[in-house]
Amino acid sequence: MTVQTESSFNAILEEARRRWDNLTAGDRPWIRVGTGLAGEAAGGFEVVAAVKAALEQHQVAANVSEVGTLGLCFAEPLLDVQTPGGPRVFYSQVTPELAERIVREHVAGGDPLAEHAIGYLGTQAQAPPGIPNLADHPMMALQQRIALRNAGNIDPSDLHQYIANGGYAALNKALTEITPEATLGEVRTSGLRGRGGAAFPAGIKWGFLAGNPDPNKYILCNCEEGDPGAFNDRGILESDPATVVEGITIAGYACNANRGYIFIRHGHNQPIDRTRAVIQQAYDLGLLGQNILGTDFSFDVEVALTGDSYVSGEETALMEAIEGKRSMPRYRPPFPAQVGVFGKPSNINNVKTLAYVPEIVARGGEWFAGIGTQPDPDNRINGSSGTAILCLSGDITYTGLIEVPLGMTLRQVLFDMAGGVPNGKTMKVLQTGGPLGGVLSASDANLDLVLDFDVFRAAGAILGSGGIIVADEDTCVVDLTRNLIAFCQYESCGKCFPCRMGMSHLLEVLERISNLEGTEEDLALMRNIGENMQAGSLCGHGQLGFNPVSSALRYFGHEFDAHIREKRHTGDCPDQVFSPRLTRR
Amino acid sequence: MDDGTLQLIDRAVNDQPQSTVTVLSSLLAIEDAIGYIPTEAVEAVAARMDATVNDVWAVATFYPNFRFEPPTDIRVEVCWGPSCHVMGATAVIAAAQESLGLSDEGDTPDGKATLHYNTCLGACAHAPVMAINHHLAGRITPDVARSRIAAALSSNPAH
Repeated sequence: MTVQTESSFNAILEEARRRWDNLTAGDRPWIRVGTGLAGEAAGGFEVVAAVKAALEQHQVAANVSEVGTLGLCFAEPLLDVQTPGGPRVFYSQVTPELAERIVREHVAGGDPLAEHAIGYLGTQAQAPPGIPNLADHPMMALQQRIALRNAGNIDPSDLHQYIANGGYAALNKALTEITPEATLGEVRTSGLRGRGGAAFPAGIKWGFLAGNPDPNKYILCNCEEGDPGAFNDRGILESDPATVVEGITIAGYACNANRGYIFIRHGHNQPIDRTRAVIQQAYDLGLLGQNILGTDFSFDVEVALTGDSYVSGEETALMEAIEGKRSMPRYRPPFPAQVGVFGKPSNINNVKTLAYVPEIVARGGEWFAGIGTQPDPDNRINGSSGTAILCLSGDITYTGLIEVPLGMTLRQVLFDMAGGVPNGKTMKVLQTGGPLGGVLSASDANLDLVLDFDVFRAAGAILGSGGIIVADEDTCVVDLTRNLIAFCQYESCGKCFPCRMGMSHLLEVLERISNLEGTEEDLALMRNIGENMQAGSLCGHGQLGFNPVSSALRYFGHEFDAHIREKRHTGDCPDQVFSPRLTRR
Repeated sequence: MDDGTLQLIDRAVNDQPQSTVTVLSSLLAIEDAIGYIPTEAVEAVAARMDATVNDVWAVATFYPNFRFEPPTDIRVEVCWGPSCHVMGATAVIAAAQESLGLSDEGDTPDGKATLHYNTCLGACAHAPVMAINHHLAGRITPDVARSRIAAALSSNPAH
């Protein structure tokens, strides 16, 4: 193949912009419906079908797109109508009947249904009468959307829409203007820390791989995300997979790697199908494959699927699953940057980490480093740059997926943005960082915690994956802790016996306490099991698996005492404990 | 096993779209095609991947999404992860069990439906979540679970 001297990107960009202008200001309205996993659960696909049927019935011409999620999951199915050159008018909790009316009155008749609209997005001059600006909604107002910049706005399966909105400018810049070393330098300067849980600086991790001279190297993108309560990785891949595909390609360029895998759990169809769609289009446009954009850089990406296994998200277990084996963690050393997938040097990053990369390279590492918290060595704070992508679920008024600058407090997120606990109840528990994270009390001190990896760690929690499950005063902490340990037991891969046996044993003890049959000795017994799991397990599952219990005891020790000593429940515990068990054979 | 099923297995194993073909990817392709992993499928994967039957069984039994008997018509999944638990999954599971006449996960005695516990169906913002034949539904109450399962059972007449 001839290597061109000039990048072919401008022609691609021109075509992408032409198509985008046609969609937003062409001759017909554009209807977008949220059909991510939350959209689907709320009935999004039924709404899409109703919209199409109504367009047919009323003989109206309009473009209809399935988009991912804008993040306002509580409002799903979320549908918006953009008349040519006009604002986007959003309707929340749309039913098929309402969809038909929207098509008839707004799309065909030109009259927005103000009483059903949650807001509009557009200029002040475009404001439709009686409809508030969606950007002023509490869940939107305090956001700073970097990784989620396109989520809910573009058709996630259409690479041209991504490119028209600034996509691939970063890869083009990296390939044609700066060296791999300078690209890696921008990521280092940005201070970007891994969003998978460990918060290790991504630039340093990339440096390990870049320094390895092997000609075959891999970049792995982790979207296993079995964390209940965390749906941000899937949210990104179902809403804007192209930012991750561009990010992994840039990582490949910076590390001189030649192959990438995006690793997703089987069955999560929107993330899988949409990621595969944009990968194919990237190949068609010369943005993947041989001699990308006419340069001498070549890179291949494909989607790899895993079966149901939470531990598959652990980086060495992930490599086992890509190789098609039982996803059990490997011993380290050797570390992945020396011996990774298929025996080749590999780098593993979380979806969110890679989703930031295009904007970091396009705008410069300094820009990203300026967002978030600054280092404070006296208090062992290393600084957390950028944003936190949080998933809010449980007893909270506005559930959803938001992106806010690190440094914001939990109180701002949970009260100013998400509206606190509904039905006049009191917020009691914050479960953060997935099932291996913490069970925190919603005390003033904890609500004043700033979103920062090290601050959270000091409080006995993990910011990590960004899942925050809120529970109100009716929740029994012993019961919630039992549920978390039941999850950890179910998901233990079984390789290390302190984890395999420890989780089962912990669950037995917690069931006993839940049933008011616990004894004083049980607390010491649980700590003993926890210490053994931490000391004797190969991966985070066993090492961190005692976290739910230790944090629950730290913040809610009195509830355990009530169960053990006073033989009384501390919330609306179910009559019968439900703890499925699984032994992975 | 009929020839049609054997053909589906053969096609699933040999026509995988991605370039990295493994034991796990082959098993997932078969599950997508016929809904379970029969012995013949294990043998087909072993032959294709130059692995032993034991190697393939080891992978198949590790991941709880695989089943080894033909699928029933109606697959009911209920999530019991922490978000769903906080929002009342225990009562939804009890309702699903009652509707299906089961006391635990598994197939109904008439072989018509399956109840499967899932640790995360991915729509936590709409907890508690269930899925019927892979179609997600959120904010499920015990009554909604009962009526959705009843509707699914009546739309799929018994064999």
